[in-house]
Amino acid sequence: MTTTIPLDARWAAVQAGLFRGWIETRQNFTETAYVIGHALPPVAYVAVLLFMRAIARGKTTVPGTDFSLVTMVLPSLLGMTIVYGGLSAPAPIITADREEGTLLRAKATPNGMVGYLVGKIVMFASTTLLSLIAIVIPGIMIVDNLVLDARAWLLLALIFVVGMVSTVPIGVALGSLMKSSLQAVLVPLVCTLLMIPSGIFFPITMLPTWLQWVAQAFPFYWVGLGARSAMLPAKMVALEIGQSWRTLEMFAVLGVWAVMGFVLAPILLRRMARRQSGSALAKVRERYMTKGY
Amino acid sequence: MYRSNETPAFDVRDLRMRYGAKDVLAGVTFSAQRGEVLALLGPNGAGKTTTIEILEGFRARSAGEVSVLGSDPARGNEAWRARLGVVLQSWRDHKFWRVRELLAYQARFYAPFATADVARPWDVDELIEAVGLTDAANAKIMTLSGGQRRRLDVAIGIVGRPELVFFDEPTAGFDPHARRDFHDLVHRLSDFENTTILMTTHDLDEAEKIADRILVLDEGRIVADGSPDQLAREFTTATEVHWTSGGRRHVHAVCEGDSSGFVRDLLIENADVTELEVRRASLEDTYMALVQRAESRQSRIAKPGGSASNTPGLQA
Repeated sequence: MTTTIPLDARWAAVQAGLFRGWIETRQNFTETAYVIGHALPPVAYVAVLLFMRAIARGKTTVPGTDFSLVTMVLPSLLGMTIVYGGLSAPAPIITADREEGTLLRAKATPNGMVGYLVGKIVMFASTTLLSLIAIVIPGIMIVDNLVLDARAWLLLALIFVVGMVSTVPIGVALGSLMKSSLQAVLVPLVCTLLMIPSGIFFPITMLPTWLQWVAQAFPFYWVGLGARSAMLPAKMVALEIGQSWRTLEMFAVLGVWAVMGFVLAPILLRRMARRQSGSALAKVRERYMTKGY
Repeated sequence: MYRSNETPAFDVRDLRMRYGAKDVLAGVTFSAQRGEVLALLGPNGAGKTTTIEILEGFRARSAGEVSVLGSDPARGNEAWRARLGVVLQSWRDHKFWRVRELLAYQARFYAPFATADVARPWDVDELIEAVGLTDAANAKIMTLSGGQRRRLDVAIGIVGRPELVFFDEPTAGFDPHARRDFHDLVHRLSDFENTTILMTTHDLDEAEKIADRILVLDEGRIVADGSPDQLAREFTTATEVHWTSGGRRHVHAVCEGDSSGFVRDLLIENADVTELEVRRASLEDTYMALVQRAESRQSRIAKPGGSASNTPGLQA
């Protein structure tokens, strides 16, 4: 009979997960298809920043301040990138892994699901972080009037961590909920819609009140707000709801999302994993062969 | 080959599986001793995959007693899982990973489950060599051929040095060379590692080559259980006697019973008999007869409804 120390086995699985995270992160920066996928958004955002700076030149677009709108857009884009990386990116990846059999392999391996999840979290966090760096470096060269002191960087780092913790579990839960990879494409689509009223490209206070409330239910607005509170000069708080950075409220709302995620994700993942079997996978394969998706 | 004082590798009693009104498994009973190689054979829809998935712990059963390595698979923990090998029919997973990377990753999970008797996991490079993938060790998995990919599946299934391995249609799509390599590997696992193996297959020839015991599943029941020789004797009554006498070749079919009596009389009565041959029907003939019997029974049942149901069904 085998005698085991479960803690030991769990720890081995976590280490395997870190190894998995490293390998998959590396793939994200060496496989052409992935590289294009990661490079496009930063390139687009930098283009947007350059464009906004060009049209805003000489004008003061932010009421009551001397600052141009482009100043508030850079931190907002950083916030959006964090939430996109945590909330929207995982769903299609989890669904594809399920349909390709990666999750069934994890299930057939002792503590394999632990290793899988640790690996995914490392991968989501590292790719998001590298996307942030790809936006921040050209961004701070384009955009003037940012506050870039130690407090700003520390707060940004904190917001990155809180942003990931509050969104990755929900993103994983959404991925386990989706029935097919075609359905999973809905998640990024809905996320893109949610970005519009979330105060990223223009101040949220320009919107009707009911839409402001919709935006405030989701992490896009709050993580963006946090990033603005870190990088913008104090005067720009005038653009925010209640003329406040609402730091406490931000951590509270993101905390609620984190708790929701940590409750829902294991339940939905377990439910999904229970349904995995060789014949379930064969059915998906059959669907692909006949319908092509 | 096995020590009979050990607990069986698995023990299945009166296993039943029902989907809606359809009984996919209608009371299946079989077991395997340690180190035995079992082939589960049967026509499509016979319940092979359902049986193996219940034993793997991937599917809940409707009724019956199942014990795999001493545990109920429905409640198997991770330490139990570590002693099992499941060889999946992979498809597209881990396509950007390299062969050695994926095996090294999988191997890590098994190290804490090593015991004094079983060193876990298998050394990755040694395993890559054992499955004949040394030249492809650093290749991306998406670039492997179908046969190489399958050998990788086998390697992943056994990297934890399992005591019991499940193969579901392991050689589907193999060329004859890959098939023989696979058979060698199965022999190596059962002879040197004392690994118990349960495999499903359509291919009787393969089952005859590598299995110690063959089980034939039909309509959710075990209709035959024995060594290839036993099955051939048990299910074959037809024997053909061929001989030459008077410059002509003769054939006589003995449909029932032993053909020895006929041969004795033949030799006494005809002094010029040469080139005597007694051919027993191969197990393949036996198996085909079983499958045909199953199909004609199915179409008989289906007749009142008016539709012929002997078209191959989906794998259950």
